[in-house]
Amino acid sequence: MTKEATAFGWSRAEMAQKAALDIQDGSYVNLGIGMPELVAAYVPEGREVIYHTENGLLGMGPTPQPGTEDTELINAGKRPVTAIPGACYFHHADSFTMIRGRHIDLCVLGAMQVSEQGDLANWSTGALDAIPAVGGAMDLVAGVKTVFVITQHTTKSGQPKLVKNCTYPLTGKGVVDRIYTNLAIIDVMPEGLLVKELAQGVTFDCVRKNTDASIEIHTDLL
Amino acid sequence: MIDKKMNSAAAAVADIKDGSIVLIGGFGEAGSPIELIHALIDQGATGLTVVSNNTGSGNVGLAALIECKRVRKMICSFPKTANSTVFPALYKKGEIELELVPQGTLAERIRAGGAGIPAFYTITSVNTPLAEGKETREFDGRTYVLEHAIRADYSLVKCQAADRYGNLIYNKTARNFGPIMCTAAETTIVQTKEFRELGGIDPEHVVTPGIFVQRLVVIPNPAEESRLVREERRYP
Repeated sequence: MTKEATAFGWSRAEMAQKAALDIQDGSYVNLGIGMPELVAAYVPEGREVIYHTENGLLGMGPTPQPGTEDTELINAGKRPVTAIPGACYFHHADSFTMIRGRHIDLCVLGAMQVSEQGDLANWSTGALDAIPAVGGAMDLVAGVKTVFVITQHTTKSGQPKLVKNCTYPLTGKGVVDRIYTNLAIIDVMPEGLLVKELAQGVTFDCVRKNTDASIEIHTDLL
Repeated sequence: MIDKKMNSAAAAVADIKDGSIVLIGGFGEAGSPIELIHALIDQGATGLTVVSNNTGSGNVGLAALIECKRVRKMICSFPKTANSTVFPALYKKGEIELELVPQGTLAERIRAGGAGIPAFYTITSVNTPLAEGKETREFDGRTYVLEHAIRADYSLVKCQAADRYGNLIYNKTARNFGPIMCTAAETTIVQTKEFRELGGIDPEHVVTPGIFVQRLVVIPNPAEESRLVREERRYP
């Protein structure tokens, strides 16, 4: 596998920007911890998006100014946040009613592996000595209407993250709709993975070499 | 006369017996009833099953209760957060049991427990290791897994303001598990920052109706867990 696969193509910020462009005006959105959190900064002006954080806030705003943090106003990653005008707080059963009852339009999550059928593994390597922790990941993939994944195309050691079948324990089966990597934007279609946009300087051949699953390219890009 | 206010956290937790199931509110430190947990450590009950989203951080609060070997089993969704070292160390040594539950399923199991619903079907965790061995059933062509309600002997919850009837309001995202945990225990014990006269909480603003609360303790200036962790404090 080509080790440089994580070193070219789009930067993390560019990946976040690409995902942000696909967030519709008026959406209720849940962003996972880590790279997905970057997406909020790039939503185009003029689009009104309401962020849900599953610990109990709809209308999450940006990180507070230093010195104004409140230990009782945090996000799902347990970091201080703010609440926008029009925000509301609620308890956990209501928060997960929003998720499991299919009221949230979109979530953006990180991934360890995604299969060509859209199976997602992002909570555990299954290692026997690891402390398993799942949080709200399984609820999000089961209940949110559209699931985007944002991830490097390969692991740090160059192993493909897009695979025929996930070897790590699943978060959900057939749940991912679209994947944003440093190499491409890829849709999960009934017949497998389909590249809909390539990063600058990246060829489809490069994507294919770094993918361990059946992958095609959209005819418009040929 | 109804007055659920008690004089101390120690008095409020005095009758918690060994082997009890205890729901403890909080998401990280937000909403964690740290003074009630410390009173429970002082009280000495052991062999507890604790239901809480996380396992505490540093060596205070829930982490201290675990460190004192009072907890036989944790039921939670995310046992390893920043600064949580106590639970992972005991778990690796096989000295504490873990039931890992997706966060929404955990919330719904508690809600169901409070509402007299013994079990329910959900799509969350279907086709994952967390559904293994559980009953499944198809509805409209999709597979769902059966999850059982959680009912507890005690709930320990933190809120912002209360009156003597036990009506509660919370503060921001510290609300989290509080309202559902209040409903799901035989005895719900709440620590509140403020105590108000009857009518001091607008009935339209009450989040937890007083019927779900049995005991109240006023703790006007609760400790901030993250500050105690930064200062490397330990309890006891």
